[in-house]
Amino acid sequence: MKTSRLLLFTAVLVLAIAVSSAQAVMEIQWWHAHGGRLGEKVNAIADGFNKSQNAYKVVATYKGSYPDTMTAGIAAFRSKNPPHILQVFEVGTASMMAAKGAIKPVYEVMAESGLPFDPKAYLPTVTGYYTTPDGRMLSMPFNSSTPVLYYNVEAFEKAGLDPDKPPKTWPEVAEYAKKLVAAGYPAGFSTAWISWIHIENFSAWHNVPIGTKANGFGGLDTEYTYNSPLHVKHIGQLADWQKEKIFIYGGRRNLGNAKFSSEEVAMYTESSAGYAGFKKTCKFPFRTSMLPYWPDAPGAPQNTIIGGASLWVMAGHSPEEYKGVATFFTYLSSPAVQADWHQFTGYLPITTDAYHLTKGQGFYEDNPGMETALKQMTLHEPTENSKGLRFGNYVQVRSINYGELEAIFAGKKSAKQGLDDAVAAGNKLLRKFESANR
Amino acid sequence: MEKRVVFRQKVLPYLFVAPQIIITLIFFIWPASQALYQSVLQEDAFGLSSRFVGLANFTYIFTDDAYLNSISVTAIFSFSVAAIAMSTALLLAAMADRVIRGAMTYKTLIIWPYAVAPVVAAVLWYFLFNPTVGIVAFYLKILGYKWNHTLNGGQALLLVIIAAAWREISYNFLFFLAGLQAIPRSFIEAAAIDGASPAKRFWTVVFPLLSPTVFFLIVVNIVYAFFDTFGVVHAITEGGPNQATNILVFKVYHDGFLSLDLGGSAAQSVILMVIVISLTVMQFRYIERKVHY
Repeated sequence: MKTSRLLLFTAVLVLAIAVSSAQAVMEIQWWHAHGGRLGEKVNAIADGFNKSQNAYKVVATYKGSYPDTMTAGIAAFRSKNPPHILQVFEVGTASMMAAKGAIKPVYEVMAESGLPFDPKAYLPTVTGYYTTPDGRMLSMPFNSSTPVLYYNVEAFEKAGLDPDKPPKTWPEVAEYAKKLVAAGYPAGFSTAWISWIHIENFSAWHNVPIGTKANGFGGLDTEYTYNSPLHVKHIGQLADWQKEKIFIYGGRRNLGNAKFSSEEVAMYTESSAGYAGFKKTCKFPFRTSMLPYWPDAPGAPQNTIIGGASLWVMAGHSPEEYKGVATFFTYLSSPAVQADWHQFTGYLPITTDAYHLTKGQGFYEDNPGMETALKQMTLHEPTENSKGLRFGNYVQVRSINYGELEAIFAGKKSAKQGLDDAVAAGNKLLRKFESANR
Repeated sequence: MEKRVVFRQKVLPYLFVAPQIIITLIFFIWPASQALYQSVLQEDAFGLSSRFVGLANFTYIFTDDAYLNSISVTAIFSFSVAAIAMSTALLLAAMADRVIRGAMTYKTLIIWPYAVAPVVAAVLWYFLFNPTVGIVAFYLKILGYKWNHTLNGGQALLLVIIAAAWREISYNFLFFLAGLQAIPRSFIEAAAIDGASPAKRFWTVVFPLLSPTVFFLIVVNIVYAFFDTFGVVHAITEGGPNQATNILVFKVYHDGFLSLDLGGSAAQSVILMVIVISLTVMQFRYIERKVHY
């Protein structure tokens, strides 16, 4: 009898403590897709925020890959228990935007919180991807990167090429590649993320549209246009270059990275966020330079677009909780936090202040490769074609592009045929998305 | 003559079958009916707007070249996986059956791969055949054969077939070995005394007696190849190159979980369910007749 009383008393006490502490500190759930070392860094950011104040506690939870995290967030929303902050990769942007009742736009969250918020402080090419055509920020950029050209300095020297003069244009890349092959390298160059780099960024870099309606920013009734003569020329050239070993296909996603680190190729186009990985795996000195372009294309070089992910605020929480989210976003955008994240991960800083802070610290003098991406992204004021892209069902379109490009490189289809087929299949998906989101 | 056990109580037999029925209801009937319901809807990922579209998802699928291609890829893939896994297992079992010394060691080694998770097995094969760093790809190159499954669809399909079959060999081996050991020695000895050669003995005496096992394994292997091979394709090829290895179950995952096209994905899984059910019914109707129990 006595023991059960005691148990009851303890239970009540524990409950009371739990309730009171829940009232004192409001928990903000943040679901993200960073495992390993990046995950530790994410936890460190949350810890830093939790220590900086005592009204809110951000709980960062790793939910697996990008698609896993997004699916988990959607499932949680459907069961009416969404996290406050959900990290979504860039190709999921259109799906999130279309889900009007499921998200709360960042500009609203910030305005309602009353905290100071200046959208102009953010790098336009980074936030452009996540804003409405009239400039309102929908999600908070978190980890963003852009593709650059990596090259093996040792290989350049062996082939009699000047490492201080990396190739600027595609014809120069071909010339360099021939010399590298002559010097004994199995092939000239390869690429990661071929759809992202050689279709999406290729379009932005040459200031040509990927699709109508300002790359989908202007409405759901958009259509793909990446079968233009310039696209056909570039992809056809890549296919032709396989014969002379100027170019070699490395596989989907960034599976081809081993081709660069094992010195099968001496030039490689990959995300700027791949820098840290190559630093670890490459036993030779390498550098980065801007993405090559076709000199006869009138708009090139324009600026490149980003990949990566942003943080979306989910609907269905109380104003006090949104105030917590806004407080966290303010902390996250502060120059010190951003500069540290940028220098540690190789992702781009999201504010101009963080960029200047990093520069002032002399970081780029020690890591010259890290600045290439920023210079390339901010080369010109972004145009309609280089602000980003916003297409529904885009994850599927990426795989369609992989498939068609593989058919082209295997010689089963001409570049024109393959890109026409990809565009036709992609347009079907756009119509499907349009009718599902009416 | 059938033996019948008669229960005196009315409730008890239902209690005995209840666990199995509850499991079937929760893990099969309920999700399957959900899929059926979802397949006639067009819905955005968040479930904010949902619209009844009748059979529109199905018409979309059957006019989609990618889906039709996926059906033929799946047919080739499943048939090859089942054929390779079963014939290799039968060969190994027939040989292991005759081993006297160290039989345990052989058996353990052959059964081992079954303990490996499909994705781990797939990654293993992926590393062996990786065109850049793979050891098998390296030796093939020395022999003058260019292996690049990132671009060559035929090679990619072959690789996923081998990887998927490899693991299933262990499972089949277990059943074949048990089946072989259940065959009375006297039958085989009698045939031997009659002067039948080992090959003749196998095909006319052993194999017919093994037919129930063979039949069971055909059903299980086809179901395995249709459903459980997802991890292999996911880890090695992701359905590529150019959809050469895009089997139906992978496409369901891809369209549903990556692309968040729930209606289309549900429609595909309904079709997949119909295919497997009808295949199993067909096997029971036509192949089972040839089985001697």
